[in-house]
Amino acid sequence: MAITEAPRIVTSRLGHEDSHTLERYLATGGYEGLRKALSMTPEAVAAEVDAVSLLGRGGAGFPAGRKWSMLRKGPVPYLVVNGDESEPATFKDHMLVERDPHQLIEGVVIAAYAIQAARAFVYIRGEFALGLERVQSALNDAYEHGAVGRDIFGSGFSVDIVVHPGAGAYICGEETALIESLEGKRGFPRIKPPYFPAAIGLYGEPTVVNNVETLSNLPWVMVHGSAAFSALGAGRSTGTRLFALAGHVRNPGVYEVEMVKTTFRDLIFAPVLGGGIPGGRQLKAVIPGGVSAPWFGPQHLDLPLGQDEVAEQGSMLGSGSIVVMDESTCAVRAAWRITRFFRRESCGQCTPCREGSGWLEKILRRIEDGVGRDDDLDLLMDLCDNLAPGVSWPPQQTTICVLGSSIPSSIASGIRMFRDEFLVHVKDGGCPYG
Amino acid sequence: MSTAHLSPEVQARARELLALYPHPRSALIPICHLAQEQDGWLRPEAVAEIAELVGLTPAEVLGTASFYDMLHTEPVGNYLIAICTNIACMLRGAYELLDHAQAQLDVRVGATTADGIFTLEEAECVADCGRAPCLQVNHRFFGDVTAESFDAIVAALRQGALAGDVPAHGTLMRVRRQGPLRVDDETIRAERAAAASAMAERAARGSGS
Repeated sequence: MAITEAPRIVTSRLGHEDSHTLERYLATGGYEGLRKALSMTPEAVAAEVDAVSLLGRGGAGFPAGRKWSMLRKGPVPYLVVNGDESEPATFKDHMLVERDPHQLIEGVVIAAYAIQAARAFVYIRGEFALGLERVQSALNDAYEHGAVGRDIFGSGFSVDIVVHPGAGAYICGEETALIESLEGKRGFPRIKPPYFPAAIGLYGEPTVVNNVETLSNLPWVMVHGSAAFSALGAGRSTGTRLFALAGHVRNPGVYEVEMVKTTFRDLIFAPVLGGGIPGGRQLKAVIPGGVSAPWFGPQHLDLPLGQDEVAEQGSMLGSGSIVVMDESTCAVRAAWRITRFFRRESCGQCTPCREGSGWLEKILRRIEDGVGRDDDLDLLMDLCDNLAPGVSWPPQQTTICVLGSSIPSSIASGIRMFRDEFLVHVKDGGCPYG
Repeated sequence: MSTAHLSPEVQARARELLALYPHPRSALIPICHLAQEQDGWLRPEAVAEIAELVGLTPAEVLGTASFYDMLHTEPVGNYLIAICTNIACMLRGAYELLDHAQAQLDVRVGATTADGIFTLEEAECVADCGRAPCLQVNHRFFGDVTAESFDAIVAALRQGALAGDVPAHGTLMRVRRQGPLRVDDETIRAERAAAASAMAERAARGSGS
């Protein structure tokens, strides 16, 4: 097992009960990164972040620095924080907003300074009532402390931050849907191009949308420098990352580990991390990177937790969630539940997604209920092909956003890895797992 | 003039919210949450007044609100119990918990108990998978829920013993923003223009960073 001695970048305060308070934050080096940033030029701050290959921690993994550099020149941009964490089994941003809201606010002001934003909006998932209260409370204190608002720390730089609650819709995690939602509309993803809100975003203005964890890294990067950050991890996947470990493990939870140097096996089985599978049962499959990701099997356990390393094996690190399923798990039921989620959360704009998700769920349900038909597996794959032609990875898209093309992942994985299990459901007229 | 449905306090808070955004429509969802804080759900009277506040028609407000799971266009109980059954919770017994909840409360998913106290919902992932199976009551988290602890939560709610942790349905944030925006548009324009020309100067001198 290789658990590295990497420093904790975004979870350093979590040992303290009062990690969310300004007092604790200031006592543990809080707002030093912002002071450092404000002593530099905005372009130097942006260059520092660009130098570290800070891959976006929301799901798409797009480098934060590059995202900033793509802003349409001229108009004053907006900064929007994506705190709408809703990818199933992802629960790291939930922890960050509740336990270290000042770290997020400091990251927001640093980013706002680097891109010279007009205003920052922190969009937080509505279901995170406590998280919303914690961030609002921290923001109130940060204003009082002079870290937000007019002439921040006497630097001559001013910016306001607004905390904005969502109201329950998975699709609002998609950045253009989030912008629509922030404009007071239904969370309908926008047609691309433009591919990036950096060109046309909030109110039609250039906009950067960054994830909570991504921004929470910035204070540390400013204090310790890009070299210290880049020394961690390997390749493009530098630094540490939060992994939300769930399902059949002894110690489910959020773990900050060094990227690439840590493997799936380390995370799932190390006694100080996941602690292995309870009850002496064997591993059946792992869902890396959220339920939009294709599944892995036991043969992938020694794969490093790195963005490109996982992509090369046909899946994604995505939102940083890892679901462990042991041998007692019915693959049909798992695929059905994930598909049901997509059916409920499809925004309804695009026909393949709106209709396809419903048909896929019904067929999976009848297989699980023992009334599946002989040609149901072919039918499932045919429908998947309508959503993501070729059912390859990364998927081809027939819809405005990637929700639709993500739906086939669990179904195609389930059928590819456990075809016999699907067939037994149909042949025996029932679920072998009861 | 007919009496307004939204209380003067809610109206005042709604105006504070409107002032935070360059376009009034952006305040729509936050104001809907305020209306739910007053009534527990989005009453048609509230929808009409919200429409007026943000400059939309009631149909536009309803069209947006109905998209979102947390905005209720029909009455719900005092306590909305949302049990997550998504993959991480399912693997740890969420459906067994949901069955137990339905039997214990004597309601089906989506329905409200006869006494109007509890509404039961099957939720999608609420991001507390480290404590699966989990549930929310009025969007406050309860983790590692068992049949026994579920019964204890319900009993405590009935007795009002959790009132400090779980406010009435509709109350999302008990912490309010202190004060309006501090920086006016004029200041932002001036600051950003000055920064842009300084940046351009540095770029011309070739000393950008």
